[in-house]
Amino acid sequence: MTPAIPSILPLPLSDATFALVLALLLLAPLALAGVALINTGLGRSRSAAQSLLGSLAIVAVAVIAFALLGATFAGTADGPSHTLHLAGTSWNWLGAGPFFLGGLGKASAQSQLSLLFEFLAVALAALIPWGSGADRLRLTAGCAVAAVLAALVFPLFAHWTWANGWLSQLGVNFSLSSGFLDPAGAASIHVLGAVSALAVVWIAGPRKGKFPQGGFATAMPGHNAVYILFGCLLALAGWLAFNVAGAVLWMHAPLSALPVAAVNTLLSASGAVGATFAVTRIRFGKPDASLCANGWLSGLVASSATAAIVTPLQSLMIGLIAGVLTPLLVEVLELAVSIDDPSGAIAVHGAGGLWGLIAAGALASQPGQFLAQLVGIAAFIGLGLPLVYLLFWLVNRWLPLRADSDGERIGMDLHELGGGAYPEFVIHRDDSYR
Amino acid sequence: MKYAGLLVLPAGFFLAIAALVLFPATSAGARAGFVLCGLAVEALGLVVAARGHLEAQSHKAHGEDRA
Repeated sequence: MTPAIPSILPLPLSDATFALVLALLLLAPLALAGVALINTGLGRSRSAAQSLLGSLAIVAVAVIAFALLGATFAGTADGPSHTLHLAGTSWNWLGAGPFFLGGLGKASAQSQLSLLFEFLAVALAALIPWGSGADRLRLTAGCAVAAVLAALVFPLFAHWTWANGWLSQLGVNFSLSSGFLDPAGAASIHVLGAVSALAVVWIAGPRKGKFPQGGFATAMPGHNAVYILFGCLLALAGWLAFNVAGAVLWMHAPLSALPVAAVNTLLSASGAVGATFAVTRIRFGKPDASLCANGWLSGLVASSATAAIVTPLQSLMIGLIAGVLTPLLVEVLELAVSIDDPSGAIAVHGAGGLWGLIAAGALASQPGQFLAQLVGIAAFIGLGLPLVYLLFWLVNRWLPLRADSDGERIGMDLHELGGGAYPEFVIHRDDSYR
Repeated sequence: MKYAGLLVLPAGFFLAIAALVLFPATSAGARAGFVLCGLAVEALGLVVAARGHLEAQSHKAHGEDRA
Protein backbone atom coordinates (compact mmCIF):
# COMPACT_ATOMS: atom_id res chain seq x y z
CA MET A 1 0.00 0.00 0.00
CA THR A 2 1.48 3.32 -1.03
CA PRO A 3 0.29 6.61 0.39
CA ALA A 4 -2.29 8.54 -1.50
CA ILE A 5 -0.81 11.89 -2.50
CA PRO A 6 -2.95 14.51 -0.79
CA SER A 7 -4.16 17.24 -3.08
CA ILE A 8 -3.61 20.83 -2.02
CA LEU A 9 -7.29 21.72 -2.23
CA PRO A 10 -9.89 19.50 -0.57
CA LEU A 11 -11.78 17.08 -2.73
CA PRO A 12 -15.57 17.03 -2.56
CA LEU A 13 -16.80 14.27 -0.25
CA SER A 14 -19.59 11.94 -1.26
CA ASP A 15 -22.57 11.72 1.08
CA ALA A 16 -21.54 8.24 2.20
CA THR A 17 -18.00 9.36 3.00
CA PHE A 18 -19.29 12.43 4.83
CA ALA A 19 -21.59 10.27 6.97
CA LEU A 20 -18.82 7.77 7.69
CA VAL A 21 -16.30 10.42 8.78
CA LEU A 22 -18.89 12.20 10.90
CA ALA A 23 -19.81 8.93 12.62
CA LEU A 24 -16.14 8.19 13.24
CA LEU A 25 -15.52 11.61 14.71
CA LEU A 26 -18.43 11.07 17.10
CA LEU A 27 -16.52 8.05 18.43
CA ALA A 28 -13.18 9.89 18.68
CA PRO A 29 -13.94 11.36 22.17
CA LEU A 30 -13.33 7.85 23.49
CA ALA A 31 -9.63 8.63 23.02
CA LEU A 32 -10.06 11.60 25.35
CA ALA A 33 -11.88 9.43 27.88
CA GLY A 34 -9.12 6.84 27.70
CA VAL A 35 -6.30 9.34 28.18
CA ALA A 36 -8.17 11.02 31.07
CA LEU A 37 -8.62 7.67 32.83
CA ILE A 38 -4.99 6.71 32.25
CA ASN A 39 -3.82 10.06 33.65
CA THR A 40 -6.03 9.62 36.71
CA GLY A 41 -4.94 6.04 37.34
CA LEU A 42 -1.26 6.92 37.05
CA GLY A 43 -1.58 9.72 39.62
CA ARG A 44 -2.05 9.33 43.36
CA SER A 45 -5.34 8.41 45.03
CA ARG A 46 -5.41 11.70 46.92
CA SER A 47 -5.45 13.64 43.62
CA ALA A 48 -7.81 11.40 41.63
CA ALA A 49 -10.94 13.57 41.68
CA GLN A 50 -8.94 16.69 40.86
CA SER A 51 -7.30 14.86 37.97
CA LEU A 52 -10.56 13.72 36.40
CA LEU A 53 -12.38 17.00 37.05
CA GLY A 54 -9.33 18.74 35.59
CA SER A 55 -9.61 16.62 32.46
CA LEU A 56 -13.22 17.70 32.01
CA ALA A 57 -12.37 21.34 32.66
CA ILE A 58 -9.38 21.25 30.32
CA VAL A 59 -11.40 19.75 27.48
CA ALA A 60 -14.04 22.44 28.02
CA VAL A 61 -11.53 25.30 28.15
CA ALA A 62 -9.58 24.01 25.14
CA VAL A 63 -12.72 23.70 23.04
CA ILE A 64 -13.96 27.18 23.98
CA ALA A 65 -10.55 28.78 23.39
CA PHE A 66 -10.27 27.06 20.03
CA ALA A 67 -13.77 28.18 19.04
CA LEU A 68 -13.17 31.79 20.12
CA LEU A 69 -9.70 32.29 18.64
CA GLY A 70 -7.87 29.12 17.63
CA ALA A 71 -10.13 28.10 14.75
CA THR A 72 -9.49 31.49 13.14
CA PHE A 73 -5.72 30.95 13.16
CA ALA A 74 -5.98 27.28 12.19
CA GLY A 75 -8.11 28.10 9.15
CA THR A 76 -9.16 25.58 6.56
CA ALA A 77 -7.57 24.28 3.38
CA ASP A 78 -9.96 26.23 1.16
CA GLY A 79 -10.14 29.31 3.40
CA PRO A 80 -8.12 32.57 3.50
CA SER A 81 -4.66 32.66 5.06
CA HIS A 82 -1.65 34.88 5.73
CA THR A 83 1.25 34.23 3.39
CA LEU A 84 4.85 35.43 3.53
CA HIS A 85 6.85 35.72 0.33
CA LEU A 86 10.47 34.92 1.11
CA ALA A 87 13.30 33.62 -1.06
CA GLY A 88 10.97 33.30 -4.02
CA THR A 89 8.60 31.00 -2.17
CA SER A 90 5.18 31.49 -0.61
CA TRP A 91 5.10 30.50 3.05
CA ASN A 92 1.51 30.01 4.16
CA TRP A 93 2.00 30.39 7.90
CA LEU A 94 -1.30 31.38 9.52
CA GLY A 95 -4.99 30.90 8.84
CA ALA A 96 -7.27 33.91 8.52
CA GLY A 97 -10.68 32.35 8.97
CA PRO A 98 -13.72 34.17 10.31
CA PHE A 99 -13.87 34.83 14.04
CA PHE A 100 -16.13 32.80 16.34
CA LEU A 101 -16.76 30.09 13.73
CA GLY A 102 -18.65 32.50 11.50
CA GLY A 103 -20.10 30.87 8.38
CA LEU A 104 -19.40 27.35 9.63
CA GLY A 105 -22.78 26.09 8.45
CA LYS A 106 -22.12 27.27 4.90
CA ALA A 107 -18.57 25.89 4.67
CA SER A 108 -17.76 22.88 2.51
CA ALA A 109 -18.38 19.43 3.95
CA GLN A 110 -14.63 18.79 4.12
CA SER A 111 -14.03 22.05 6.00
CA GLN A 112 -16.76 21.31 8.53
CA LEU A 113 -15.43 17.83 9.22
CA SER A 114 -11.84 19.12 9.35
CA LEU A 115 -12.86 21.65 11.97
CA LEU A 116 -14.63 18.99 14.03
CA PHE A 117 -11.49 16.84 13.81
CA GLU A 118 -9.41 19.79 15.02
CA PHE A 119 -11.76 20.46 17.95
CA LEU A 120 -11.27 16.89 19.16
CA ALA A 121 -7.55 17.03 18.39
CA VAL A 122 -6.99 20.17 20.44
CA ALA A 123 -8.86 18.67 23.40
CA LEU A 124 -6.67 15.57 23.26
CA ALA A 125 -3.47 17.63 22.94
CA ALA A 126 -4.47 19.73 25.97
CA LEU A 127 -4.95 16.63 28.13
CA ILE A 128 -1.36 15.47 27.62
CA PRO A 129 0.46 18.10 29.77
CA TRP A 130 -2.22 17.73 32.47
CA GLY A 131 -1.18 14.11 32.98
CA SER A 132 2.49 15.05 33.26
CA GLY A 133 1.76 17.70 35.86
CA ALA A 134 -0.37 15.35 37.97
CA ASP A 135 -0.32 15.67 41.77
CA ARG A 136 1.05 19.22 41.82
CA LEU A 137 -0.54 21.25 39.00
CA ARG A 138 -3.34 23.57 40.10
CA LEU A 139 -6.69 23.26 38.36
CA THR A 140 -6.85 26.90 37.28
CA ALA A 141 -3.27 26.81 36.03
CA GLY A 142 -4.01 23.62 34.06
CA CYS A 143 -6.97 25.39 32.44
CA ALA A 144 -4.81 28.43 31.62
CA VAL A 145 -2.21 26.17 29.99
CA ALA A 146 -4.97 24.49 27.97
CA ALA A 147 -6.36 27.86 26.88
CA VAL A 148 -2.96 29.08 25.66
CA LEU A 149 -2.31 25.81 23.87
CA ALA A 150 -5.72 25.78 22.18
CA ALA A 151 -5.92 29.46 21.28
CA LEU A 152 -2.36 30.15 20.12
CA VAL A 153 -0.04 27.17 19.72
CA PHE A 154 -2.11 24.30 18.36
CA PRO A 155 -3.79 26.44 15.65
CA LEU A 156 -0.41 27.52 14.29
CA PHE A 157 0.88 23.98 13.88
CA ALA A 158 -2.50 22.60 12.76
CA HIS A 159 -2.58 25.21 10.02
CA TRP A 160 0.91 24.33 8.85
CA THR A 161 0.05 20.64 8.75
CA TRP A 162 -3.61 20.35 7.81
CA ALA A 163 -4.82 23.60 6.27
CA ASN A 164 -2.52 24.09 3.31
CA GLY A 165 0.23 25.55 5.48
CA TRP A 166 3.87 25.61 4.47
CA LEU A 167 4.62 22.15 5.91
CA SER A 168 1.90 20.52 3.83
CA GLN A 169 3.17 22.44 0.78
CA LEU A 170 6.76 21.21 1.05
CA GLY A 171 6.01 18.92 -1.87
CA VAL A 172 4.77 21.73 -4.13
CA ASN A 173 7.35 24.34 -3.11
CA PHE A 174 10.44 22.19 -2.60
CA SER A 175 9.70 18.95 -4.48
CA LEU A 176 9.55 16.94 -1.27
CA SER A 177 7.06 14.30 -2.36
CA SER A 178 3.64 14.83 -0.71
CA GLY A 179 4.91 17.38 1.83
CA PHE A 180 4.78 16.75 5.57
CA LEU A 181 2.30 13.95 6.29
CA ASP A 182 0.52 13.78 9.64
CA PRO A 183 -2.67 11.85 8.92
CA ALA A 184 -4.03 11.53 12.46
CA GLY A 185 -2.12 14.01 14.57
CA ALA A 186 1.10 12.22 15.54
CA ALA A 187 2.79 15.64 15.32
CA SER A 188 -0.02 18.16 15.77
CA ILE A 189 -1.56 16.34 18.73
CA HIS A 190 1.03 14.09 20.28
CA VAL A 191 4.44 15.67 19.68
CA LEU A 192 2.95 19.08 20.45
CA GLY A 193 1.30 17.65 23.57
CA ALA A 194 4.59 16.08 24.61
CA VAL A 195 6.65 19.26 24.23
CA SER A 196 3.93 21.06 26.21
CA ALA A 197 4.21 18.37 28.88
CA LEU A 198 7.98 18.81 28.98
CA ALA A 199 7.61 22.57 29.37
CA VAL A 200 5.06 22.13 32.18
CA VAL A 201 7.26 19.61 34.00
CA TRP A 202 10.33 21.83 33.69
CA ILE A 203 8.46 24.89 34.95
CA ALA A 204 6.47 23.23 37.73
CA GLY A 205 9.30 20.97 38.93
CA PRO A 206 9.03 17.46 40.36
CA ARG A 207 6.66 16.28 43.07
CA LYS A 208 7.98 16.81 46.58
CA GLY A 209 10.18 13.93 47.61
CA LYS A 210 10.51 12.50 44.10
CA PHE A 211 14.22 13.23 43.76
CA PRO A 212 15.79 13.37 47.25
CA GLN A 213 19.19 15.00 47.49
CA GLY A 214 21.94 12.41 47.03
CA GLY A 215 19.53 9.51 46.66
CA PHE A 216 17.69 7.52 44.02
CA ALA A 217 14.39 8.68 42.55
CA THR A 218 11.49 7.69 44.79
CA ALA A 219 9.00 5.32 43.18
CA MET A 220 5.52 6.85 43.15
CA PRO A 221 3.39 4.24 41.40
CA GLY A 222 -0.04 4.97 39.95
CA HIS A 223 -2.93 4.33 42.32
CA ASN A 224 -5.35 2.37 40.11
CA ALA A 225 -4.19 -0.14 37.49
CA VAL A 226 -7.80 -0.86 36.52
CA TYR A 227 -8.38 2.75 35.43
CA ILE A 228 -5.12 2.68 33.51
CA LEU A 229 -5.80 -0.53 31.63
CA PHE A 230 -9.48 0.19 30.95
CA GLY A 231 -8.38 3.60 29.72
CA CYS A 232 -6.16 1.82 27.21
CA LEU A 233 -9.13 -0.08 25.80
CA LEU A 234 -11.22 3.08 25.56
CA ALA A 235 -8.33 4.84 23.86
CA LEU A 236 -8.17 2.10 21.22
CA ALA A 237 -11.72 2.84 20.09
CA GLY A 238 -10.98 6.56 19.92
CA TRP A 239 -7.70 6.04 18.08
CA LEU A 240 -9.37 3.82 15.47
CA ALA A 241 -11.82 6.66 14.85
CA PHE A 242 -9.06 9.31 14.68
CA ASN A 243 -6.85 7.26 12.37
CA VAL A 244 -9.56 6.26 9.91
CA ALA A 245 -11.18 9.71 9.84
CA GLY A 246 -7.75 11.31 9.43
CA ALA A 247 -6.93 9.01 6.52
CA VAL A 248 -10.01 10.29 4.69
CA LEU A 249 -9.66 13.95 5.65
CA TRP A 250 -5.91 14.53 5.30
CA MET A 251 -4.78 11.73 2.96
CA HIS A 252 -7.93 11.50 0.81
CA ALA A 253 -7.74 7.73 1.19
CA PRO A 254 -10.40 5.78 -0.71
CA LEU A 255 -12.99 3.85 1.30
CA SER A 256 -11.33 0.57 0.31
CA ALA A 257 -8.14 1.63 2.14
CA LEU A 258 -9.86 2.32 5.46
CA PRO A 259 -10.05 -1.24 6.84
CA VAL A 260 -6.27 -1.52 6.37
CA ALA A 261 -5.78 1.70 8.35
CA ALA A 262 -7.91 0.26 11.17
CA VAL A 263 -6.05 -3.06 11.11
CA ASN A 264 -2.73 -1.19 11.15
CA THR A 265 -3.84 0.73 14.26
CA LEU A 266 -4.67 -2.52 16.04
CA LEU A 267 -1.43 -4.18 14.97
CA SER A 268 0.73 -1.26 16.04
CA ALA A 269 -0.85 -1.16 19.52
CA SER A 270 -0.70 -4.95 19.85
CA GLY A 271 2.93 -5.13 18.79
CA ALA A 272 3.83 -2.34 21.18
CA VAL A 273 2.13 -3.85 24.23
CA GLY A 274 3.66 -7.24 23.44
CA ALA A 275 7.13 -5.73 23.22
CA THR A 276 6.69 -3.74 26.45
CA PHE A 277 5.35 -6.84 28.20
CA ALA A 278 8.48 -8.75 27.15
CA VAL A 279 10.89 -5.92 28.03
CA THR A 280 9.44 -5.35 31.50
CA ARG A 281 9.28 -9.09 32.18
CA ILE A 282 12.95 -9.46 31.27
CA ARG A 283 14.00 -6.41 33.27
CA PHE A 284 11.86 -6.81 36.38
CA GLY A 285 10.94 -10.51 36.37
CA LYS A 286 7.24 -9.68 35.99
CA PRO A 287 5.36 -7.54 33.48
CA ASP A 288 4.64 -4.00 34.70
CA ALA A 289 1.01 -2.94 34.22
CA SER A 290 1.70 0.81 34.05
CA LEU A 291 4.55 0.47 31.58
CA CYS A 292 2.53 -1.99 29.46
CA ALA A 293 -0.23 0.64 29.30
CA ASN A 294 2.40 3.18 28.25
CA GLY A 295 3.60 0.75 25.59
CA TRP A 296 0.08 0.21 24.27
CA LEU A 297 -0.47 3.95 24.07
CA SER A 298 2.85 4.56 22.33
CA GLY A 299 1.88 1.98 19.70
CA LEU A 300 -1.37 3.87 19.15
CA VAL A 301 0.50 7.18 18.97
CA ALA A 302 2.95 5.81 16.40
CA SER A 303 0.02 4.50 14.36
CA SER A 304 -1.35 8.04 14.18
CA ALA A 305 1.45 8.77 11.70
CA THR A 306 1.60 5.46 9.90
CA ALA A 307 -1.79 3.68 9.88
CA ALA A 308 -2.86 5.21 6.58
CA ILE A 309 0.53 4.77 4.93
CA VAL A 310 2.19 1.42 5.72
CA THR A 311 1.39 -2.27 5.28
CA PRO A 312 0.09 -4.38 8.19
CA LEU A 313 3.44 -6.11 8.64
CA GLN A 314 5.24 -2.78 8.73
CA SER A 315 2.71 -1.51 11.24
CA LEU A 316 3.39 -4.47 13.51
CA MET A 317 7.13 -3.80 13.32
CA ILE A 318 6.58 -0.10 14.07
CA GLY A 319 4.55 -1.06 17.12
CA LEU A 320 7.18 -3.53 18.32
CA ILE A 321 9.91 -0.90 18.16
CA ALA A 322 7.70 1.69 19.91
CA GLY A 323 6.98 -0.87 22.61
CA VAL A 324 10.69 -1.51 23.21
CA LEU A 325 11.63 2.19 23.21
CA THR A 326 8.90 3.42 25.54
CA PRO A 327 9.72 1.65 28.84
CA LEU A 328 13.43 2.33 28.35
CA LEU A 329 12.82 6.00 27.68
CA VAL A 330 10.46 6.34 30.67
CA GLU A 331 13.28 5.02 32.83
CA VAL A 332 15.95 7.21 31.25
CA LEU A 333 13.86 10.37 31.61
CA GLU A 334 13.19 9.66 35.27
CA LEU A 335 16.56 8.34 36.41
CA ALA A 336 19.03 10.15 34.15
CA VAL A 337 17.27 13.43 33.39
CA SER A 338 15.24 13.77 36.64
CA ILE A 339 12.00 14.45 34.83
CA ASP A 340 8.99 13.68 37.03
CA ASP A 341 6.32 12.71 34.49
CA PRO A 342 3.71 10.57 36.29
CA SER A 343 1.83 9.70 33.09
CA GLY A 344 4.95 9.03 31.03
CA ALA A 345 3.48 11.37 28.41
CA ILE A 346 6.81 12.74 27.22
CA ALA A 347 8.05 9.28 26.31
CA VAL A 348 4.70 7.94 25.09
CA HIS A 349 3.43 10.86 23.04
CA GLY A 350 6.79 12.43 22.22
CA ALA A 351 8.93 9.45 21.34
CA GLY A 352 5.97 7.45 19.97
CA GLY A 353 4.91 10.32 17.76
CA LEU A 354 8.42 11.09 16.52
CA TRP A 355 9.10 7.44 15.80
CA GLY A 356 5.84 7.16 13.84
CA LEU A 357 6.63 10.26 11.78
CA ILE A 358 10.12 8.98 10.96
CA ALA A 359 8.79 5.53 10.07
CA ALA A 360 6.11 7.05 7.83
CA GLY A 361 8.81 8.87 5.88
CA ALA A 362 11.22 5.96 5.77
CA LEU A 363 8.60 3.49 4.54
CA ALA A 364 6.92 5.77 1.98
CA SER A 365 7.70 4.82 -1.60
CA GLN A 366 8.13 8.36 -2.95
CA PRO A 367 11.61 9.94 -2.76
CA GLY A 368 11.77 13.08 -0.65
CA GLN A 369 9.07 11.99 1.80
CA PHE A 370 11.62 11.14 4.48
CA LEU A 371 13.15 14.60 4.23
CA ALA A 372 9.72 16.22 4.41
CA GLN A 373 9.03 14.32 7.63
CA LEU A 374 12.38 15.42 9.09
CA VAL A 375 11.65 19.07 8.29
CA GLY A 376 8.27 18.72 10.00
CA ILE A 377 9.90 17.21 13.07
CA ALA A 378 12.45 20.05 13.11
CA ALA A 379 9.58 22.55 13.11
CA PHE A 380 7.63 20.89 15.91
CA ILE A 381 10.67 20.51 18.19
CA GLY A 382 12.68 23.56 17.16
CA LEU A 383 9.83 26.05 17.30
CA GLY A 384 7.22 24.19 19.34
CA LEU A 385 9.22 23.65 22.53
CA PRO A 386 10.63 27.20 22.89
CA LEU A 387 7.23 28.69 22.06
CA VAL A 388 5.27 26.66 24.61
CA TYR A 389 7.99 27.11 27.22
CA LEU A 390 7.86 30.88 26.80
CA LEU A 391 4.06 31.02 26.90
CA PHE A 392 3.74 28.67 29.89
CA TRP A 393 6.51 30.57 31.69
CA LEU A 394 4.44 33.75 31.25
CA VAL A 395 1.34 31.90 32.50
CA ASN A 396 3.35 30.75 35.52
CA ARG A 397 4.33 34.35 36.35
CA TRP A 398 0.69 35.38 36.34
CA LEU A 399 -0.91 32.22 37.71
CA PRO A 400 1.53 29.82 39.42
CA LEU A 401 1.27 26.36 37.91
CA ARG A 402 2.23 24.55 41.06
CA ALA A 403 0.19 24.13 44.24
CA ASP A 404 1.82 25.12 47.53
CA SER A 405 3.60 22.47 49.56
CA ASP A 406 0.60 22.04 51.86
CA GLY A 407 -1.55 21.21 48.85
CA GLU A 408 0.91 18.57 47.77
CA ARG A 409 1.04 17.11 51.26
CA ILE A 410 -2.68 16.72 51.84
CA GLY A 411 -3.41 15.91 48.19
CA MET A 412 -4.92 17.97 45.42
CA ASP A 413 -8.41 16.62 46.10
CA LEU A 414 -8.66 18.03 49.62
CA HIS A 415 -6.63 21.12 48.77
CA GLU A 416 -8.59 22.17 45.69
CA LEU A 417 -11.94 20.41 45.95
CA GLY A 418 -12.39 19.99 49.68
CA GLY A 419 -13.08 16.28 49.44
CA GLY A 420 -11.39 13.14 48.19
CA ALA A 421 -12.27 10.76 45.38
CA TYR A 422 -12.50 7.81 47.78
CA PRO A 423 -13.95 9.17 51.03
CA GLU A 424 -14.71 5.71 52.47
CA PHE A 425 -11.13 4.49 52.14
CA VAL A 426 -8.16 5.25 54.36
CA ILE A 427 -5.45 6.86 52.27
CA HIS A 428 -1.99 5.55 53.10
CA ARG A 429 0.57 7.85 54.65
CA ASP A 430 3.32 8.89 52.30
CA ASP A 431 6.76 8.10 53.70
CA SER A 432 8.42 10.72 51.52
CA TYR A 433 7.00 13.48 53.80
CA ARG A 434 8.58 12.29 57.01
CA MET B 1 21.84 27.16 30.76
CA LYS B 2 18.32 25.90 30.24
CA TYR B 3 17.42 29.07 28.37
CA ALA B 4 20.55 28.81 26.23
CA GLY B 5 19.49 25.31 25.22
CA LEU B 6 15.99 26.51 24.39
CA LEU B 7 17.46 29.30 22.24
CA VAL B 8 19.54 26.79 20.30
CA LEU B 9 16.40 24.90 19.24
CA PRO B 10 15.10 27.53 16.77
CA ALA B 11 18.62 27.80 15.34
CA GLY B 12 18.41 24.13 14.40
CA PHE B 13 15.01 24.69 12.83
CA PHE B 14 16.26 27.59 10.70
CA LEU B 15 19.21 25.48 9.59
CA ALA B 16 16.77 22.84 8.34
CA ILE B 17 14.73 25.47 6.50
CA ALA B 18 17.89 27.02 5.04
CA ALA B 19 18.68 23.65 3.49
CA LEU B 20 15.45 23.78 1.50
CA VAL B 21 15.94 27.37 0.37
CA LEU B 22 19.64 27.16 -0.45
CA PHE B 23 19.88 23.81 -2.19
CA PRO B 24 17.82 22.91 -5.25
CA ALA B 25 15.84 19.66 -5.35
CA THR B 26 18.57 18.10 -7.49
CA SER B 27 21.09 18.37 -4.62
CA ALA B 28 19.26 15.84 -2.50
CA GLY B 29 22.37 14.77 -0.58
CA ALA B 30 23.35 18.29 0.46
CA ARG B 31 19.78 19.08 1.43
CA ALA B 32 19.47 15.96 3.55
CA GLY B 33 22.85 16.66 5.19
CA PHE B 34 21.83 20.21 6.11
CA VAL B 35 18.46 19.09 7.47
CA LEU B 36 20.18 16.40 9.55
CA CYS B 37 22.61 19.03 10.85
CA GLY B 38 19.61 21.14 11.85
CA LEU B 39 18.14 18.22 13.76
CA ALA B 40 21.52 17.57 15.40
CA VAL B 41 21.64 21.18 16.56
CA GLU B 42 18.14 20.76 18.01
CA ALA B 43 19.26 17.60 19.80
CA LEU B 44 22.21 19.53 21.22
CA GLY B 45 19.86 22.26 22.41
CA LEU B 46 17.67 19.68 24.13
CA VAL B 47 20.67 18.15 25.88
CA VAL B 48 21.88 21.57 27.07
CA ALA B 49 18.38 22.46 28.30
CA ALA B 50 18.08 19.12 30.11
CA ARG B 51 21.47 19.62 31.80
CA GLY B 52 20.44 23.12 32.79
CA HIS B 53 17.26 21.71 34.30
CA LEU B 54 19.27 19.12 36.24
CA GLU B 55 21.62 21.75 37.61
CA ALA B 56 18.79 24.06 38.63
CA GLN B 57 17.00 21.19 40.32
CA SER B 58 20.12 20.14 42.15
CA HIS B 59 20.65 23.69 43.49
CA LYS B 60 17.01 23.86 44.57
CA ALA B 61 17.13 20.50 46.35
CA HIS B 62 20.35 21.55 48.09
CA GLY B 63 18.70 24.75 49.26
CA GLU B 64 15.66 22.85 50.56
CA ASP B 65 17.90 20.44 52.48
CA ARG B 66 19.70 23.35 54.16
CA ALA B 67 16.40 24.97 55.09
